[in-house]
Amino acid sequence: MKTPILFGLNAKPTPLLRVFLAVLPFAIAIAAYVSASNARLAENSADKLLPSASQMTKAIDRAAFKEDRRTGDYLLWKDTASSLKRLLTGVGIAAFLGLLLGLNMGLFKSLAASLSPFITVVSMVPPLAILPILFIAFGVGEFGKIVLIFLGTFPIITRDIFLATKKIPREQIVKAQTLGASELAIVYRIVLPQIFPRLLETVRLSLGAAWLFLIAAEAIASTDGLGYRIFLVRRYLSMDMIIPYVIWITCIGFFMDYLLKQLIKRKYKWYLAAED
Amino acid sequence: MAMSNEQSILHIEDVYKSYGDKLILDNIDLSVNKGEFCTLVGPSGCGKSTLLRLILGQEKADHGALTINGHAAGYPDTERGIVFQRYSLYPHLTVLENVLLGKHLSKRRWYLPWVASQASKDEAMHYLDVLRLSAAANKYPHELSGGMQQRVAIAQALIMKPPVLLMDEPFGALDPDTREELQLFLLELWDKEKLTIFFVTHDLEEACFLGSRMLVLSQYYADDRGEVARGAKIVSDYALPSVALSTEIKTSSVFQELIGSVRQQGFDPSVLQHVRDFNLEHPDSFQTLLDQERSG
Ligand SMILES: Nc1ncnc2c1ncn2[C@@H]1O[C@H](COP(=O)(O)OP(=O)(O)OP(=O)(O)O)[C@@H](O)[C@H]1O
Ligand SMILES: [Mg+2]
Repeated sequence: MKTPILFGLNAKPTPLLRVFLAVLPFAIAIAAYVSASNARLAENSADKLLPSASQMTKAIDRAAFKEDRRTGDYLLWKDTASSLKRLLTGVGIAAFLGLLLGLNMGLFKSLAASLSPFITVVSMVPPLAILPILFIAFGVGEFGKIVLIFLGTFPIITRDIFLATKKIPREQIVKAQTLGASELAIVYRIVLPQIFPRLLETVRLSLGAAWLFLIAAEAIASTDGLGYRIFLVRRYLSMDMIIPYVIWITCIGFFMDYLLKQLIKRKYKWYLAAED
Repeated sequence: MAMSNEQSILHIEDVYKSYGDKLILDNIDLSVNKGEFCTLVGPSGCGKSTLLRLILGQEKADHGALTINGHAAGYPDTERGIVFQRYSLYPHLTVLENVLLGKHLSKRRWYLPWVASQASKDEAMHYLDVLRLSAAANKYPHELSGGMQQRVAIAQALIMKPPVLLMDEPFGALDPDTREELQLFLLELWDKEKLTIFFVTHDLEEACFLGSRMLVLSQYYADDRGEVARGAKIVSDYALPSVALSTEIKTSSVFQELIGSVRQQGFDPSVLQHVRDFNLEHPDSFQTLLDQERSG
């Protein structure tokens, strides 16, 4: 019996073929873009909609390696730093408080009784809908944007940690009591370390939402940031700038996800073993 | 009626427990001496684990008194060690850390880092040695077989030297060979360390083989209360020859006869012994029947 390498339920692609199959969709997308861009530019060399690779390279060069004429900054790096600061502060605070609250709600029933319905309702509020309220209340500075990212991720993180904590078998907690553990030791020395990889997992999943809120906040009111830049140059139809920025944002997102995934894989083998 | 003496480490009198309107435990009386290896058998769902949870303090009796070492039993604490069938180990700690956990938790404030003294480490390694686990000291629970995990759980409980060691079907999930191996381990430990053990199982053979005293809990019995919902009672209480450090006894005819009669008294819904005729032969056994249970 011969194992097919490409077609059918029994197919087992070779490693080389796997790489090829993975690269293929990217190659097709790039090829499609390049040919469409070439066609448009051949018709009208001033066309801005689908810039060529060399036009985009020039735009990157200007944004990343030349000082801005007006401000003297390297725009891409300044935008990246501002955006990352907002994103990481918002998500960091949400993760920290979500962990503390979810953990305690999962272990202390009266806290859960009091806060669980509230958090469920809060998590239903679309954060973008209260963006105007945030800007009115906190102004258009950094604080409002961070609050938006926080509000967009905190309820989900809290709920997820809450549910994960509740799933810790009762036996483990009783056992800890028979080993002389105090309540605080149970919360912070027995349960917290077991929940921590779950927090990393949840943060990983929340990052997508966090980017959405970051870009939205920057698009509406900001003076720098990746989202701000994209929406600024949109006025001049600078697709040669917008496309590299979008690719850059995607790369950052991908990299953060990869880092967290590797961290879990390296440091929390027992967690992965328990998952499957 | 209560025959509480200073030897008695666990004393239970008139204990009732129901879930919702379903009565599970119906007037349980029990006194267990220090050094006893007490096994508890009974049909599935009769309330064995419930009784164990009451002793452990994980749940509260509706009525009745439960004392450990002379004082009323409260929430779980270091007076009672426990080995469950599953989930006894902490997955994020290595075997050695799991065994040392009790030392850390009972001796250090919660916010201090865990640093074990050399004496504690030696003690932990001693238990791991006895249970032939030294080679696995730095492994994580998910890297161990089920039998090894249960041995670690036993070491984890034993290092606290609990006055009573409670076990709820600790070998229930193991294959027959591993199970027998662990039974022998446990008997050896019980003998060497002078433990008091309260061991729940639904396996009659296991209960007869391990116990120095065997209790049968069952809801299949008769009394004079008429048509009422009955919960389970202790229907037999045997004193067994202690320590048979060989598995050969399992095939002997005396052993098989005992199993046969217990199966009939406790596990057969069509055989209903009257409360007056329960086989409570163990010297520590006592019964506080209500008048309506035996009048008639
Ligand atoms: N928390 C609970 N809420 C409601 N009913 C319960 C609860 N725990 C146990 N029961 C019921 O109480 C009865 C006794 O349960 P228990 O677990 O003590 O039985 P068991 O003798 O240990 O059985 P097994 O041999 O299957 O372990 C069962 O009918 C069970 O359905
Ligand atoms: Mg049970």
